Amino acid sequence: MIDGLHSLLFQSGFLHMTLGMLVMWVIAFVLIYLAIAKEFEPLLLLPIGFGILLANLPLSDLMEPGQGLLWRFYHHGIQWEVIPPLIFLGLGALTDFRPMLANPRLIFLGAAAQGGVYVTFFVAHAAGMSLDQAASIGIIGGADGPTTIYLTSKLAPELLGSAAVAAYSYMALVPIIQPPIMKGLTTKAERVIRMKKGRKPSNLEVILFPLAATIVVVLLVPPAAALISMLMLGNLFREAKVVERLTKASQNELLNIVTIFLGLPVGATMNADTFLRPQAISIFLLGLVAFAVSTACGVLLAKGMNLVSKDKINPLIGAAGVSAVPMSARVVHKVGSEADKKNYLLMYAMGPNVAGVIGTVIAAGVFLTLLR
Amino acid sequence: MDQEMLAPLAGQVLSIKCAVGDAIEEDDEVVVIEALKMETPVFAPCDGTVKEIRVKEGDSVEEDDVLVILST
Repeated sequence: MIDGLHSLLFQSGFLHMTLGMLVMWVIAFVLIYLAIAKEFEPLLLLPIGFGILLANLPLSDLMEPGQGLLWRFYHHGIQWEVIPPLIFLGLGALTDFRPMLANPRLIFLGAAAQGGVYVTFFVAHAAGMSLDQAASIGIIGGADGPTTIYLTSKLAPELLGSAAVAAYSYMALVPIIQPPIMKGLTTKAERVIRMKKGRKPSNLEVILFPLAATIVVVLLVPPAAALISMLMLGNLFREAKVVERLTKASQNELLNIVTIFLGLPVGATMNADTFLRPQAISIFLLGLVAFAVSTACGVLLAKGMNLVSKDKINPLIGAAGVSAVPMSARVVHKVGSEADKKNYLLMYAMGPNVAGVIGTVIAAGVFLTLLR
Repeated sequence: MDQEMLAPLAGQVLSIKCAVGDAIEEDDEVVVIEALKMETPVFAPCDGTVKEIRVKEGDSVEEDDVLVILST
């Protein structure tokens, strides 16, 4: 009888708790708190937080290779590269590329705002990270969660949890991180610039765009094919207007379902042994650098374009070249309206914003081409 | 003279802050448009009296649609 109780106690998890696990519980609860109380990217941080808690309960086999439930989600969903492209299918069905097609030169801003990705890649490598790890950290600067997860799971899976949490945290912090950089790099006279109206893209154009973008990007950087093809397929569903059921399913049901299976296993990769290292802190710091430099690059290129172009661009919209859609465009609009309340930059900022998504996917494709 | 007040961006009319016959000053908030889950106030371009309101709450508007006509 006593022996039985004894072994029951030993088979319970209580005696196997470690200090590191308790620290991870705290991190999990902080993320869950931020998600619920502050609505801080709740769709992702809530399942990630819960996944972190699960990964730090001893003796469960949830992440046991070959048998655990969360391991199966992780292996078949993320390692097999199924979930991030499916997220992109949904995003494509939600994205209107008209603001970009209306002002095609704003595409350059979406490309410039990937600057932080490459700068941070070199900085992280110089700081002692491997090339694969440095690329996974640099991509955080694109502020695109699914692309970060896709690239990191291929190049440096050991960093997956930290890189994903960093990317989603910075997406939530866009309204705090970007405005000081935007204001610091522009004068009031630049912030009140009103944009010249763009042209109206025809219906044919918006249908041809996803087809053309797929062909060009896949030929240019073949490893970006999985992400870009799904993004553009979703967009083709949307713009073709004949498959409303597929568009709706991609935007709602499918996107919501895969979101559940994205966050939970990403959180579950963060067990105390792999996460609690000085490395995790450097990932957060370097990710922040990447994001800040990307913001600055977008603004600076817009200023550069103003030197040669006679239709002036409001340089604030350069900051929307990162792919946090539509948070960055909203921030641009807000900062612009503080300088001139009758200046409506929102839709102009959506141009570089959606171009930024494509830019980040191409950046990930470039890394995969060079490093694989 | 009549002054048309145009929608500065496409979106949905969230609320209308004036009624026909109201006296309006330049920069008064007249209509609120919601786009990309963000509320964007639209301000009067000049002083005037509201002559006609062309939209109602919940309407979808395109950029440059007429929202309100002011007589100045």
